[in-house]
Amino acid sequence: MSENMKKDLELDIKNLVVEFRTDAGVTQALNGLDLEIEKGKTLGLVGETGAGKTTTGLSILQLIPDPPGIIVDGSIKLAGEDVMMKSEKEMEKIRGQQVSMIFQDPMTSLNPVMTVEDQIAEVVAIHEVDANGKPIAYSDAIKRAKEMLELVGIPGDRGTEYPHQFSGGMKQRVVIAIALACNPKLLIADEPTTALDVTIQAQVLEMMKGLRDKYGTSMLMITHDLGIVAEICDAVSIIYAGRVIEHGSLEDIFDNTRHPYTEGLFNSLPDLDHREQRLKPIKGLMPDPTNLPKGCAFCPRCDYAMEICQTQKPPRVYRNDEHYVECFLYNEQNIKEGGVIGR
Amino acid sequence: MSEINTNKPLLEVKGLKKYFSTKRGMLHAVDDVTFTINHGKTLGVVGESGCGKSTTGRSILRLLEPTGGDVIFDGEDVLKLDKEQMRKKRQEMQIIFQDPFSSLNPRKTIAETIAEPMNIHGILKSKDEVDARVLELMDTVGLARRLMNVYPHELDGGRRQRIGIARALSLNPKFIVCDEPVSALDVSIQAQILNLLEDLQEEMGLTYMFITHDLSVVNHFSDDIAVMYLGKLIEKAPADELFAHPTHPYTQALLSAIPEPNIHKKTERILLKGEITSPIEPKPVCRFAQRCNYATDKCRSQEPQLKEISPNHFVSCFLCDNM
Repeated sequence: MSENMKKDLELDIKNLVVEFRTDAGVTQALNGLDLEIEKGKTLGLVGETGAGKTTTGLSILQLIPDPPGIIVDGSIKLAGEDVMMKSEKEMEKIRGQQVSMIFQDPMTSLNPVMTVEDQIAEVVAIHEVDANGKPIAYSDAIKRAKEMLELVGIPGDRGTEYPHQFSGGMKQRVVIAIALACNPKLLIADEPTTALDVTIQAQVLEMMKGLRDKYGTSMLMITHDLGIVAEICDAVSIIYAGRVIEHGSLEDIFDNTRHPYTEGLFNSLPDLDHREQRLKPIKGLMPDPTNLPKGCAFCPRCDYAMEICQTQKPPRVYRNDEHYVECFLYNEQNIKEGGVIGR
Repeated sequence: MSEINTNKPLLEVKGLKKYFSTKRGMLHAVDDVTFTINHGKTLGVVGESGCGKSTTGRSILRLLEPTGGDVIFDGEDVLKLDKEQMRKKRQEMQIIFQDPFSSLNPRKTIAETIAEPMNIHGILKSKDEVDARVLELMDTVGLARRLMNVYPHELDGGRRQRIGIARALSLNPKFIVCDEPVSALDVSIQAQILNLLEDLQEEMGLTYMFITHDLSVVNHFSDDIAVMYLGKLIEKAPADELFAHPTHPYTQALLSAIPEPNIHKKTERILLKGEITSPIEPKPVCRFAQRCNYATDKCRSQEPQLKEISPNHFVSCFLCDNM
């Protein structure tokens, strides 16, 4: 699409293929993943365990454990620059400053023997420079760390405490403070609230929204929770077996659902307003990533599967400039007219 | 199972207490909790980590010995039973655990795991009978028979949870405590397991106590819902009533915090101040007062009691005095 050229993209992933090669076989984690985030926007990356969500995040940071992980094909561009061309030294500068990541489990992503302000200051000291281009003084880094703590709602004087003295919600705030300390252009949040209780989740999401809007940060929100997507994202990519099988704006995905898998995700959720309604789960399980189906990866679980789905990869069909699905049910005509499926 | 009278209580819990002694004093994990569950019904118990919901479930089965209170099961006070009698009683009262990854013995095959309770209780005489029953149970919970001799590590979370369910069913219980049975599972698998539990309830007339932190799941699954906060039961009502008229400020905040997968519905979110306070040696005041947006001096000096504000709707909050 020629229009894509005009878009101001913070992140542009094309045809990313990542494999984990072990003695037990080759795990095909990502199979031609495409992902785009416009500057200042938030993209939700939604899928189930093993779909390749976290691998995507780690690929952007060039943190795929190698071996066994190998990026086989594709490109990852951050603000137009291909990170796969960067040396490890250059990547160290990019991580934390241009792009940073919040990991899922705040209990294990902090260093237990370092005070929280030291952990925040560490990032600042590595990346920030003073007016003369020299690394900033550590005392200034600590000052900045305390400011960051205040920003995420923790009193600055608690900075001298250790992670075990904080609750889960506060630890996650510290992790967010570290990720935002150098004001990154892109924030990758990998299930940032999954380990938290709902009322704390609400606090943290509210805070993340506020910070994102204040600094104009682009965000990749990795989640399995469509409720969180509805709340915080501008666009959604649904990932299944390492490929984006449906992508669109919030309205496209929530109101004009096209892919049977996306439909299945919605139908699996209990509806608060119709509590008696029986759930309609997706049958079966995720395919084994070491032995993916030959045709469409979702075919064995799909209620609408046809013969062609078993043998060929489905083409991408666009409903509008942004919204597309990869599914044989659709052609250029019927995708615009309405769903073939019953949602 | 039409002869079951769903208006008769199967389980009555009265003033249940479970305290743990810690270095810093008594931790009131469950404090004076009272509720009943009728035959064939489901009570959902919700609350955040550390509110005492799992401890309540385990205390009822005496997997943890309660500090005080009564647990009347089918007309019998189970807290008065000796060890041997209690062991027998557990044939009727079973539990499904949260984490299907740590609650199964990694060195036992599926068939051995499911057969274990039957062997312990000696309810079937011959090995053939046990084997036949194991296969029957595997069919019931939707596990393929070919998986009989595999080990838990070879299976995904959904299948492991099915094993846990089959094992709980093996003794034909009347009552099952489901302790977060789906929270470790992906949504598509979660829906499969919830439907299975619903079907089993219908077929076997089971009574559930369904413990969860997921409010949309509890709303879908329960007849009544009890909300716990710091060891106290603070609100209890039929599911529809609770969602239509949440009354305790904590329940209101909890319900407003659910992120709904709907882009057209914007709920006004009630943000709570701070985090859950310590359950060690709590003062006799409202335990929610510190985070409550409506707290008054009375809340900080006296402890509210559970009151029935409309039929079957119980709330423990001083604000209700003015209603």
